[in-house]
Amino acid sequence: MIGNRTIRMAGGILLAVAAAALVGPWLSPHDYAATNFDRILASPSLGDMHLFGTDDLGRDLFVRTMLGIRVTLLVAIVASLVSLVIGVAYGAIAGFVGGRVDAVMMRLVDTLYALPFIFFVILLMVAFERNFLLIFVAIGAINWLDMARIVRGQTLSLREREFVEAARLTGVSTLRIVFRHIAPNLIGIVVVYVTLTIPQAILVESFLSFLGLGVQEPQTSLGALVNSGVGLMGRASWALLIPATLLALVLMCFNFLGDGLRDAFDARHES
Amino acid sequence: MLRYTLLRIFGAIPTLLLVIVLAFLMVHAAPGGPFDDERILPAATAANLEAAYHLDEPLHRQFLRYMSGLLRGDLGPSYYYRGQSVSERIGAAFPHSVRLGALAMALALLTGVTAGTVAALREGTAVDKIVMGVSMTGISIPVFVIAPILVLLFAVKLHWLPAGWSGETGVRRFILPVITLALPQIAYIARLTRASMIEVLGKDFIRTARAQGLGTATVVRVHALKPAMLPVLSYMGPAIAAILTGSVVVEEIFGIPGVGQQFVRSAINRDYTLVLGIVIFYATLIVSLNLVVDILYGVIDPRVRHR
Repeated sequence: MIGNRTIRMAGGILLAVAAAALVGPWLSPHDYAATNFDRILASPSLGDMHLFGTDDLGRDLFVRTMLGIRVTLLVAIVASLVSLVIGVAYGAIAGFVGGRVDAVMMRLVDTLYALPFIFFVILLMVAFERNFLLIFVAIGAINWLDMARIVRGQTLSLREREFVEAARLTGVSTLRIVFRHIAPNLIGIVVVYVTLTIPQAILVESFLSFLGLGVQEPQTSLGALVNSGVGLMGRASWALLIPATLLALVLMCFNFLGDGLRDAFDARHES
Repeated sequence: MLRYTLLRIFGAIPTLLLVIVLAFLMVHAAPGGPFDDERILPAATAANLEAAYHLDEPLHRQFLRYMSGLLRGDLGPSYYYRGQSVSERIGAAFPHSVRLGALAMALALLTGVTAGTVAALREGTAVDKIVMGVSMTGISIPVFVIAPILVLLFAVKLHWLPAGWSGETGVRRFILPVITLALPQIAYIARLTRASMIEVLGKDFIRTARAQGLGTATVVRVHALKPAMLPVLSYMGPAIAAILTGSVVVEEIFGIPGVGQQFVRSAINRDYTLVLGIVIFYATLIVSLNLVVDILYGVIDPRVRHR
């Protein structure tokens, strides 16, 4: 079971990173927004507790990085939940009702698939003044299409299964069939696909923040930190390398976790 | 074939209309007008400005005006670059983006297909594992992380290649941007090619070809490559979209005056018409390139025409 080991490794690393991001800022004597012009671009050192060095305003990069991870993960999780709610509801309705309703609903999904969503998110950011809450909603609104397709497919096949038929024959109401008999069977696949939407959401958020259209100063996220690291890399390579490595690590772990879970859950993918 | 092509073309029109309506509404639903940033204008001046840009008309009028301009290739005046039209700005920037994108796509296809085929032929060996491991990493690392790290390594530390665009001429300035943009696509295409090549190599007709005494190179080139390329071809649509998105970042980092950089600038300047124009331009580009891919797919694989 190589898959199992991958899942544990990736999950373990993610938990460790998340725990560090939660606890780290408490343990550090520095504040994320406090500037110190005597300690500009200090290289990483244990001596004065600037573990990751400082930036061009003398702000402690360890605390800022940990805060950036928090923001990045929070955005990703909330956005994934938004896409989960929309996608599951949409897919389950299309799959369960079936027929013409299903055809129209899925045709809409196909059409939306062809849209360059990232550009719409940027458009939203321009129109609505980079409202932070809106980032969650916008990113969530991008990512529900895959979820809707998968849930619909699963619902479609569950609907024809014997236990649903049995429930229907014994007079169970439609609503009850959906919630008590179909929904529990969707949980597994939904969990797998949420772990695959989280890295997508992280990508979009960090992409926006990297372009300066996402999180605003003094708040920060991994993408924003990479962005400011680019400006400093000639003088302070750590300001770029540390957040860039962490961002890549988090993304990679989520991808491995999602792939591993999918393999473990869906034997057809294993071949 | 004609029927298939026409069906595809008509299928793309609603998507485009949806893009235009959505984008137009989003920009016009924005709280605050395009001139709010500047010093408070006298009421008469503000009214004149609004009238000059037809912002005082009802929304459906503005939309119809915009649509009729669009059909003539006119995307309206830029709010930020006074005296210039959106079409001019895009037209001046587009050649840079095309060159960058086409080179990246060519590099991605060439390298990705080669790496994937080699991995498939050596399935299970160390070569295979290295290709797969590297490509998984390549997929996970976003363009805006790859780009600065390559710059740091090859431009800032080693001084081999230029870090920026301005003041440079010739091929050298293309190397880092093109590689950056191509890397994730190389990784993806390599994985796709490997998977489908392994499947094709297991088919009966390949066994027959081998039994006839053909060498591996000939079997792959003559028999296996074409069917194995179908999944790669259908990935071209998403790949084009990804390269466009990536070019926004790459142009910004390397200072290439293409459409992507223009897009970011206009987003930061809140140049509503330019942002709107570029979104519609990008969407049209993606939809039409997808259309080309779809039609090509029909040419290569006759089965899809009859579905």
